[in-house]
Amino acid sequence: MHLSKLQTLTAVVATVGAFMSAPAHAGKTLDGIKARGQVVCGVNTGLAGFGAADSAGKWTGLDVDVCRAIAAATLGDAEKIKYVPLNAQQRFTALQSGEVDVLSRNTTFTLTRDASLGLHDTAVTYYDGQGFMVPVKSKIKSAKQLKGQTVCVQSGTTTEKNLTDYSKANGLNIKPVVFEKLEAAENAYFTGRCIAYTTDASGLASTRNKVAKDPKEHIILPELISKEPLGPMVRRGDDEWFAIVKWVIYGLLEAEEYGITQANLEGLKATSKDPVVQRILGTSEDSGKLLGLSKDWMANAIKATGNYGEIFERNVGPNSPLGLPRGVNNQWNKGGLMYAYPVR
Amino acid sequence: MNSKNPPKKNNWSWRSQAFRGLIYQVIAILAIGGFVWFLAHNTLLNMRVRGIQSGFDFLKQAAGFDIGESLYPFDSAQPYWQAFLVGVTNTLRVAVLGIILATVLGTLLGVGRFSRNALVRGLCQVYVELFRNIPVLLQLLLWYVILTEVLPAASDAWVFGSFFLSKGGLNYPIPVWSIGQLWAAYGLIPGLVLAWVYRRWAKRQFEATGRVRSMVWMPLVIVLAASLLGWLLGGAPTALNRPFKGDFSIENGGALTPEFLAVLLGLTLYTASFIAEVVRGGIQSVALGQSEAAAALGLSRQQEMRLVMLPQALRVIIPPLTNQYLNLTKNSSLAVAIGYPDVVSIANTALNQTGRAVECISLVMLVYLSTSLGTAVLMNWYNSRSAIKER
Repeated sequence: MHLSKLQTLTAVVATVGAFMSAPAHAGKTLDGIKARGQVVCGVNTGLAGFGAADSAGKWTGLDVDVCRAIAAATLGDAEKIKYVPLNAQQRFTALQSGEVDVLSRNTTFTLTRDASLGLHDTAVTYYDGQGFMVPVKSKIKSAKQLKGQTVCVQSGTTTEKNLTDYSKANGLNIKPVVFEKLEAAENAYFTGRCIAYTTDASGLASTRNKVAKDPKEHIILPELISKEPLGPMVRRGDDEWFAIVKWVIYGLLEAEEYGITQANLEGLKATSKDPVVQRILGTSEDSGKLLGLSKDWMANAIKATGNYGEIFERNVGPNSPLGLPRGVNNQWNKGGLMYAYPVR
Repeated sequence: MNSKNPPKKNNWSWRSQAFRGLIYQVIAILAIGGFVWFLAHNTLLNMRVRGIQSGFDFLKQAAGFDIGESLYPFDSAQPYWQAFLVGVTNTLRVAVLGIILATVLGTLLGVGRFSRNALVRGLCQVYVELFRNIPVLLQLLLWYVILTEVLPAASDAWVFGSFFLSKGGLNYPIPVWSIGQLWAAYGLIPGLVLAWVYRRWAKRQFEATGRVRSMVWMPLVIVLAASLLGWLLGGAPTALNRPFKGDFSIENGGALTPEFLAVLLGLTLYTASFIAEVVRGGIQSVALGQSEAAAALGLSRQQEMRLVMLPQALRVIIPPLTNQYLNLTKNSSLAVAIGYPDVVSIANTALNQTGRAVECISLVMLVYLSTSLGTAVLMNWYNSRSAIKER
């Protein structure tokens, strides 16, 4: 084969270029975040305890803290976030189209969502289940008594389908009244249009606490009719970013397991002899290197938000306004389901 | 000069305007077609790259969700396309009823603005200014809040005979279906034929003798009487499915939900204000001389309006009226805000269960496009019918 000089040159340039353009470890998303200096985080439009802005525009909640931890791990600053409030219908499209880097918005992991939407489930940040709330004065004690009744629901969630499944399985013939907006669904329940309101039990607690005129007038029925593992989602096709989000969550969980808190972080950094603690805090091995992050990625995250237990306590725990028990969201060695892959 | 056979060559040359026009149109169509193809191809390609599944195959899968209200029974095991159909019928139900009610109310209001009674005139004007200047979404929400906030709970529902009005909506008795009702329906058919024959006869009588006979009430009476006769022949069934108060809701009977009532009320009252203006404009377009001529003939104010003014005004009224009908139908999509399961609401749910955003949105577009085109075709037909016949 006879190649001209020009052809040879083109081939060489193309080959070299192909190798040069292969990224070392940082994926497209992380590159974008670093260039922009901000993590763009999709959050709830307003669900107290999980993702809600206060009157000063400051975002708080469990989902928000996960975003803050991610920002701290990637950029070293938990404040470098742009929050994009999304409703149930907008959320997946916003993530698919690249409008947000990560969707941290009490979203249930399901097969359909994981396998057909071009999205990845990362790691569970809250194990939930769907429940019902009814007025105390209705004297309803069990979801089984809802036969033929109207139940208010927000559209575009797993909730609608669970309700139908439960109604069918128990022969209840429940009539759903479906609203596009969370506020509209809650309102319809509180004005008495529906006998019951259904969503994830954590959402019920949030609504009862924040929206009800008198929280004592409403009870959450004992039945949980579904499993709702909630957590952040990322786009497919960027494995590096997927790994980062997943491992920030595992890091927060592992920090709790090994007793690293916001308060004792600096002390442990200097004195801890525990190899696991040293790895998490990056004082021995560089645990961030493989993720394309700095050595103190997890230390930054914990400094900003505390470990998972602290995040839980602050936002939704028994002493917070929501007052949710730790329950299945406790660490695996304390009777819960939270079991982080080891950071090593 | 051979005008019969012009040289054909000329038609296909660049000097021929018709030929150039044709070429430009072909180029325009190709360009648009290419652009649409590019959009579709690019979307599909990107979706595939991102691992998003696409296609309309999901329409055959079981929907898996219940729908609060439907004109015919729907079960969650039925496929998505049937769920969409429920949404479409719900949209059409509110649109058709809304169009009828808004037309009646709008015409009355429009005519009312020419009333000699200052109070009636003023009220009609206040109505129009009030309802057309408040955003329709606000009005829907307002009616919904009124219906759900002001009305009592089902347990203390307002009772009017066998009618119950509560937060659960309006519950009313419906006849228990039996063979007698079928006979009443059979009676309708000869009734309609008889009414048609009567109208023809009355028209001929009017043309021959000038005597005015009832063209609306009498046929109506004939139809109702025939139907009543059929019902009597069928054994006169009187069994009613009456609603009654259950523990938490009104049970049995027929029901109109507050969602449906709020959408219907909101859309009707809003659109009626625009229709009133359309009617007013149409009537004002008729020359003053026509009104004077009618008065000179000794027609009453009502006859003048019905026989002279409105028929002439219709020519001006129908095209903008068509727009109002289209607006009402499209505005019904706002129903999603107050929980009425119209086609947009169902599509939203389907979109979220399946993630097929592009497909669900295009289905919604298709639905509104076909209802809009359908309305336009009907109204154009009516327009050409009521245009001035030049003889």
